[in-house]
Amino acid sequence: MNEALLRLDGITKEWFGIPAVSDLTLAVIRGQVTGIIGENGAGKSTLMNVIGGVVPPTSGEMRLNGTSYAPTAPVDATRAGIAFIHQELNLFTNLSILDNIFITGFPRRFGLADRRAAARVARPLLERLGIGHDPATLVEDLAPGERQLVEIAKALHRSADLIIFDEPTTSLTPRETSRLFEVIARLRDEGRTVIYISHILSDVRALCDRIAVLRDGRLVDEGPTAEFGIARMIRSMIGRDLASLFPARSAAPSDSILVEARGISQPGVVEDITFSIRTGEMLGLFGLMGSGRSELARIFFGLDPAASGSLAVAGRTTGGGPVARIADGIAFVTENRREEGLLMDASVAENITLATIRQFGRGPFGLLDRAAETATAEQATADLSIRASDLGRLPVRSLSGGNQQKVVIAKWLAAAPRLFILDEPTRGVDVGAKYEIYALADRLAAAGNAVLFISSELEELTGMCDRILVMNRGEITADFARAPASPHFYREALLAAAFRELVA
Amino acid sequence: MSAGRSFSERALDLAIRRATVIIFATVLLYFGLQAPTFLGHENLGNIVKQSAFIGIAAIGITFVLLTAGIDLSVGSVMYLAPLIAGFAMRDMGLGVAGGLFVTIGAGALLGAVNAVFIVRLGIAPFIVTLATLFAFRGFGAFLTSSRQFDFPPALRDFGQGSVGGVPVPVIAFAIVAVAAHVVLTRTTFGLQVYAVGNDPAGAVKAGIPAGRVRAAVYVISGAAAGLSGFILIAQIGRLDAGFGQGREFDVIAAAVLGGASLFGGVGTAFGAVIGATLMQTVNTGLAFTGVNLYLQPILQAGIIFLAVLVDTLRQNRQIMRRRRTIRPIQG
Repeated sequence: MNEALLRLDGITKEWFGIPAVSDLTLAVIRGQVTGIIGENGAGKSTLMNVIGGVVPPTSGEMRLNGTSYAPTAPVDATRAGIAFIHQELNLFTNLSILDNIFITGFPRRFGLADRRAAARVARPLLERLGIGHDPATLVEDLAPGERQLVEIAKALHRSADLIIFDEPTTSLTPRETSRLFEVIARLRDEGRTVIYISHILSDVRALCDRIAVLRDGRLVDEGPTAEFGIARMIRSMIGRDLASLFPARSAAPSDSILVEARGISQPGVVEDITFSIRTGEMLGLFGLMGSGRSELARIFFGLDPAASGSLAVAGRTTGGGPVARIADGIAFVTENRREEGLLMDASVAENITLATIRQFGRGPFGLLDRAAETATAEQATADLSIRASDLGRLPVRSLSGGNQQKVVIAKWLAAAPRLFILDEPTRGVDVGAKYEIYALADRLAAAGNAVLFISSELEELTGMCDRILVMNRGEITADFARAPASPHFYREALLAAAFRELVA
Repeated sequence: MSAGRSFSERALDLAIRRATVIIFATVLLYFGLQAPTFLGHENLGNIVKQSAFIGIAAIGITFVLLTAGIDLSVGSVMYLAPLIAGFAMRDMGLGVAGGLFVTIGAGALLGAVNAVFIVRLGIAPFIVTLATLFAFRGFGAFLTSSRQFDFPPALRDFGQGSVGGVPVPVIAFAIVAVAAHVVLTRTTFGLQVYAVGNDPAGAVKAGIPAGRVRAAVYVISGAAAGLSGFILIAQIGRLDAGFGQGREFDVIAAAVLGGASLFGGVGTAFGAVIGATLMQTVNTGLAFTGVNLYLQPILQAGIIFLAVLVDTLRQNRQIMRRRRTIRPIQG
């Protein structure tokens, strides 16, 4: 019974010439649970999108059940018997459990949907998965774990052979998680094939028969679980050294505390976040996707509520809402600069003066002083060496990613903040521009501010930060001081904390 | 085990879900107390009969609203579709049954025009149906030179007739309501309408022919609007140039009053029936109790505002509950 249900042969997927998955060959054995692990950006999502028919591979081929499998749309994957259980479920909350299971086709009687017949089919299915609810219950009334089981019931109803779980336990309670694991084990015992993707390495080890490790889009390690310790998993996931791409830090942080977060909690998001940032310190915040990094940033900036806790900048407790937080000296360079950081069709000058627009009002009606705006923008662009030709007219959209990011930072500089929250500031910018942004972050810190540098790229945090906090599931799980002497160990420990595992 | 919500929270949920019925009962009770004859058999029968016109179109537009779309052209379809049927009856000697058939077909065709622009060309429903609101009425005005159009007398016999004591408009209203209810709750298509409105991207991923579903709802809305116009015209016997003008807002208001959400995914056929009847009840009740004629629109507006407020509350609660969590909520 060691035949492959799904065979990937030399799968490559390039985005604009940059490979996200390259030359990947992998056999998914029938009747087994295969675990796939890797850092953020290792190519797991791209690979799943290829299997799921969301994107076509650039080259390579797949064989399912021995026959060629080349999906062009997600529907093709469903028809071929592949089901995905994503973190974000694909259920219609306004419909009942039963209607969700049969949404693409009910059994019919006199041309009408026959709910009774459908319920007869569904009931044993639901029982087998331990869903105690009446099939007519609306999905919106179910808890997250129960919804997931409904999704599995849907997959089973479509007699899916291959069920792919992508980070399925993120919003589950421990009890729901153990129930899910029982279900997965039972699926395997019934002869179904499962791919299980997760950042929780101990889960992967407990659940899977085989483990495959991706790094930089390649399959770097693969084998039966019995041969995999947590340490080997982590070693395989990292294990690369990049040449130094980082500017030297120009000043050491002082001893005085500038920013202090105390016991910030919000149910379902973050729990008891307590830390401080010193004047001139660059504090890294590392965490995997869904660890709560960006959510914490939004809470800090007053965009999302916190049920308890406080944040103080320069000794003053901050007010509620973004307007008060800006006045209190917080600047937030968001993760999505296109959607949240910039007005893409407005000019460079307008964007730079956006956060401080009140300063440019003149006279009783607050008419904008365009000349002063332009002067400020010119000063800022020269200061940050933003390359843009006509500040007053050129829309920000036409700038490169790196220059756009500098415009965002310039906007905040004009407000003279003390705490800079940089959320993934180098995402989508090229290597050269990255260096400039790192240098800029160093300047912000050296000028006596606090910088909270949030990133999922470990290299840039270890390269730039004085200290790194690690988040996992909304909690801070570790606090590392800079240890440049042994960067390798450093990264392994960090990653282990992010995965919340103890390295044996 | 429904996520451990408190009793008061569930009670509020129930109140929000059943808001229309609660408002309706309150309104009936109020007018009943003011004027006991209001709740009389004859008066209530009249209210239902007068509700049929807006009600039938509201049932049709409910399909559109369920997909989070909008159809502003219904008022013009009410005018143009029966007009086309009128020409067929007058110039081709078609009977009432034939006229009814042509009306529904013409309405469906006009709805299909909307559907082509919205689904094929991907233009926003608001813009498309705003354009066809003018285009359809303009075409009708062109056909009639804005003059009154007289239907054959046989039509009034039909429109003012009754079967077994039940007036024809009420029968038509009931048939449409039951048919729509069955389609929405007992067919795969109906459930797919709900699914598309709940999560358009998810619907595509689930293998639902979302484009076809979205096209179909505009055809249904057009057909229903055509029929609703025909039913009212059949009671009057003629068609004025301004017929149906501005009625799209009554129709949308009735559907929303009946619990249809402008955000899509929520609404029922019987909800539209109740919404339309509620609006008519308020109109009749205000006249019945002799409320100043000029105050009536304000009171009607108040009721509509209340319904939309409830819709928004419901939507906000849903968004809150759907908010992504990254760790389990304790307790």
